Amino acid sequence: MTTLLNVKDLRAYYGQVQALHGLSFSLNEGSLTTLLGANGAGKTTTLRAICNMVRSTGAIEFEGKPLSNRSTESIVRFGIAHVPQGRGTFTTMTVEENLQLGAITRKDSAGIVSDIERMYAHFPVLKQRHTQQAGTLSGGEQQMLAVARALMLRPRLMLLDEPSFGLAPLVVRDLFGILGKINREDRVSILVVEQNAQLALELADQAYVIETGRIVMSGNAKDIANNEEIRKSYLGY
Amino acid sequence: MELFTNQVLAGIATGAIYACMALAVVMIYQAIDHLNFAQGEMAMFSTFISWQLMQWGVPYWAAFILTLALSFVAGIAIERILFKPLAKAPVLTNVAGFIALFAIINSSAGLIWDFTIKQYPTPFGSAPFLGSQLISTHQAGMIGVTVLLLLGLYFFFQYTRIGLAMRAAASVPESARLVGINTSWMIALGWGMATAIGAIAGMLIAPVVFLEPNMMGGVLIYGFAAAVLGGLTSPFGAVVGGFLVGIFENLAGTYIPGVGNELKLPIALALIISVLVVKPAGLFGRHIVKRV
Repeated sequence: MTTLLNVKDLRAYYGQVQALHGLSFSLNEGSLTTLLGANGAGKTTTLRAICNMVRSTGAIEFEGKPLSNRSTESIVRFGIAHVPQGRGTFTTMTVEENLQLGAITRKDSAGIVSDIERMYAHFPVLKQRHTQQAGTLSGGEQQMLAVARALMLRPRLMLLDEPSFGLAPLVVRDLFGILGKINREDRVSILVVEQNAQLALELADQAYVIETGRIVMSGNAKDIANNEEIRKSYLGY
Repeated sequence: MELFTNQVLAGIATGAIYACMALAVVMIYQAIDHLNFAQGEMAMFSTFISWQLMQWGVPYWAAFILTLALSFVAGIAIERILFKPLAKAPVLTNVAGFIALFAIINSSAGLIWDFTIKQYPTPFGSAPFLGSQLISTHQAGMIGVTVLLLLGLYFFFQYTRIGLAMRAAASVPESARLVGINTSWMIALGWGMATAIGAIAGMLIAPVVFLEPNMMGGVLIYGFAAAVLGGLTSPFGAVVGGFLVGIFENLAGTYIPGVGNELKLPIALALIISVLVVKPAGLFGRHIVKRV
């Protein structure tokens, strides 16, 4: 298995405050990896550092190419789609415009048209609402839209920040089912940050646990899920 | 009745110019959240450039197009040099930047072309339009050019990918970067377009107000009134506001005793204050629909 993303000694800062303290991890091509941890552990910051949305030091390599010192918009062009916390929906635009924006860096207009149809097949509710203002969608629908928008990039790697946040448990099941399917069928590697550890571990094959800006545990998702001690001390269930 | 129709039509004609100015102001406001106080001066300078080109023998429409191109580039340059470094600066720093720009452009125009009032040509002539005494061909031309411009802009923002990217960058910059849009250049592009739109307004109004370095002062205040009335968050509102302000100004000047020509401008200011008191978002200011 080849390494897709390699993060070494990542330190991130918000002004004077250091949020990550030398974090290292890697992610294999085609894998579905989850980053777990409590509030404030640095999960979101890790994703933001990968896309250079926060000041950081350390080495981040994607397919062997360094990402450090590149602007957020140019990192996207490597095929990294980031669905931020709060979903980053363009609320005043229509659902279809949101999907087109996801593919704004692509040049193949025919491919974009067919990909929009593919997204409507994945998420039929988006097709019903394609002319509607995205801000009027329900939370679950907006999360579907955010995932669909990210897929419009035809990404190699998708970064998802708390996709379950604020969603009803049934909707979360649905969404995670779709994520698994995307990972297997479209060969998109996924790095998902979650507070809902139980669910994330069911879905993922690889897991890392962060505490106060450091990786404290890593391994196979099943092993971590079965290890009662880790579950109790870090994951809280 | 004829007086009324005449005043309304004349109001629509000047309203077209206010609409352009308001639109330019709103485009920059959308992009960087600041009001460009120098918008009028930039338009005035563009108009002088077109005049200079014509003095050198360039035909009207060639000078018109050339001026648009130069204004577009100049707008981008102003953003890159002056306002990009100020992007993260406090509001007042930006306000100072706009006032400096205002003063620099105004004085430079005076220095280069002096402050005497100059005639500015119209390509439409000033005969009665279609034999009617209600409106002149130049006024009809002002409305026509503005309508064409608005249609073009509508098409650009609704149906082109770059227009979509510009709207995205203005509405949620962080998300726009996350889909790969270079938001910084979208802002620069917005400046270029706003400057070119201002240039159109300047060149169309110059035959009416005559060409001199202070020609756009009043026009910009009407433009602000229009933008506030329509809603600073709504380009569509700015355009509607422009036409409404134009009509309102003329009707008030004609029918309200004691207003006349002298008090037209205070009416625009009164309008700004009334709108801010009664409906701060403006007529079409966006009520963003959100569900959590």
